[in-house]
Amino acid sequence: MISKAFADDIKIKINSGQIEPLPVAIADFTGKEGKSNQIGRQISEVISNNLVGSGQFKAIESAAFIAPPTSPSVRPNFLDWSPLGIKALVTGSVKNINNDEIEVEFRLWDVVAETDLIGLRLTVASKAWRRVAHIISDEIFERLSGDSGYFDTRIVYVSESGPQNKRLKRLAIMDQDGENHQYLTDGSFLVLTPRFSPTSQEITYLAYFKNEPRVYIFNLETGQQELLGSFPGMTFAPRFSPAGDKIIMSLAQKGITDIYTMNLNNQEVKRLTNSSAIDTSPSYSPDGKQIIFNSDRGGSQQIYIMDSNGKNIKRISFGNGRYATPVWAPKGELIAFTKMHKNKFYIGVMAPDGSGERLLAQGYLVEGPTWAPNGRVLMYFKQDKPIDDGKSTNVNLYKIDITGFRETRIITPSDGSDPAWSPLLPN
Amino acid sequence: MTKKIFAMLGTLALLSACETASQKVVSGSAATSSSTGSATSSVDKKQSLFAQAKQTAADKLIAVGDRVLFDYDSAELDSSAKILLDSQSRFLRVNSDLNFIIEGHCDERGTREYNLALGEQRATAVRDYLVIQGIDPDRIKVISYGKEKPAVVGSNSMAWSKNRRAVTIIE
Repeated sequence: MISKAFADDIKIKINSGQIEPLPVAIADFTGKEGKSNQIGRQISEVISNNLVGSGQFKAIESAAFIAPPTSPSVRPNFLDWSPLGIKALVTGSVKNINNDEIEVEFRLWDVVAETDLIGLRLTVASKAWRRVAHIISDEIFERLSGDSGYFDTRIVYVSESGPQNKRLKRLAIMDQDGENHQYLTDGSFLVLTPRFSPTSQEITYLAYFKNEPRVYIFNLETGQQELLGSFPGMTFAPRFSPAGDKIIMSLAQKGITDIYTMNLNNQEVKRLTNSSAIDTSPSYSPDGKQIIFNSDRGGSQQIYIMDSNGKNIKRISFGNGRYATPVWAPKGELIAFTKMHKNKFYIGVMAPDGSGERLLAQGYLVEGPTWAPNGRVLMYFKQDKPIDDGKSTNVNLYKIDITGFRETRIITPSDGSDPAWSPLLPN
Repeated sequence: MTKKIFAMLGTLALLSACETASQKVVSGSAATSSSTGSATSSVDKKQSLFAQAKQTAADKLIAVGDRVLFDYDSAELDSSAKILLDSQSRFLRVNSDLNFIIEGHCDERGTREYNLALGEQRATAVRDYLVIQGIDPDRIKVISYGKEKPAVVGSNSMAWSKNRRAVTIIE
């Protein structure tokens, strides 16, 4: 039996700024023979990297362990773990079902209360072991932090290479931790600003296919790339609606950029803004009822909010400088943005009414925040000031806690920009 | 668990789809240029003469002045830009058989999407000015590259000022 009081004892408070990481032990998942043993060790390593990378956990080195890893079906001797200061213990096992399939089991133990918290058994293709490790990481994270996880997710971004004035840009996709990296386009045409659909199975983006900049939808399951509608000018800055039934984007025509939606079921096009200014970078609220975007209608680029029918347009950013690329947090409580002020770029967050602005990251150029599905981490790209001979440009993906701590570079095969974080993948 | 496999297949499918599309373009032009074997060489010659003429015109356009520059976050043509566009429009009138693309560009100190819109405004400002000078709007296309294709690499005010531009090229 799990006592609720004890279970709560090891819950982490994430809201309180910088927190003391919770000491946990991730024992190697046990296997009966070489192959399952090795997969077991790799799964433990991925779980450990995920939890430690979140900043909320400290993994105790396995060299310090007193007892060897036990099977998840066996109640551990908690006295082997509590002296190391460990609050929670993860045990697991890997069994070969046949050549291509494994059964992975894990159990999370409360070392202080001497009880088990959760367990899970999954049968999967052996080569999907990484995904199992991410799913288990999310289970552990959710049980211990009380917040949903973000490990079983992917990142789509623009991979960059070559000199600055002849950049080769390709769509690429990878796991949240940089693994399973794949290219989706071959670089023969310029691609920008990819974003996931709510199911993570489609990506909308801007492609200069045949040198006509237009919004496309790429289906990851079928591999089909589809031009979105037929417009008399450049379409760009696309995002899916929260229900996935519409694309919201900008159309630039005759020097005027306004915001439009296109219904994916019946191809109906609606114009939402009608100004002679630049209205772009639209993003829906999670409930789909409101839209934030940036516009220079008041003279300089600022963030505005409107109803989903384009009515009730109000400016919400009033700080110093220019504000851009607003994007609504998955739970709706914040918006993230790019800010430009005195030749510096910043990534920040504010409430949807514009109050409580906090700047989290800065650089010569930082741009384009995207939310982890639990709303606790932002990813963006950062360009270092290039050396003036122009031979080298450093553009990389970074993530940072919304507390402003732990800015971490995401390692990619070459430079990267325009990241978009997927929702949690459907199981 | 099968999603990754799908994703991988998707990659290959997209790459091959692109190849097909570009091959179509190539085979289309080949079909029009090679009706019989003997005609091919004269067509090739014509094409290379045409390419030569186009290159000469492109060189002349650069001599006349193919680009105008803009202030930071502005798509307004200043007086020196207008003077240059006056001579550019004379060139365009003389070379009435050629069509043109105006590319709008920005410096790197703006967000990507906003700069795409700003580049379109700059290219359109040039297009509108040329149309007022009597150039047939059907001869002119505009395209924005935002901050994607800097003319000058560097992060200083000199480089930025040269990158905030609209460039007229022969289609």
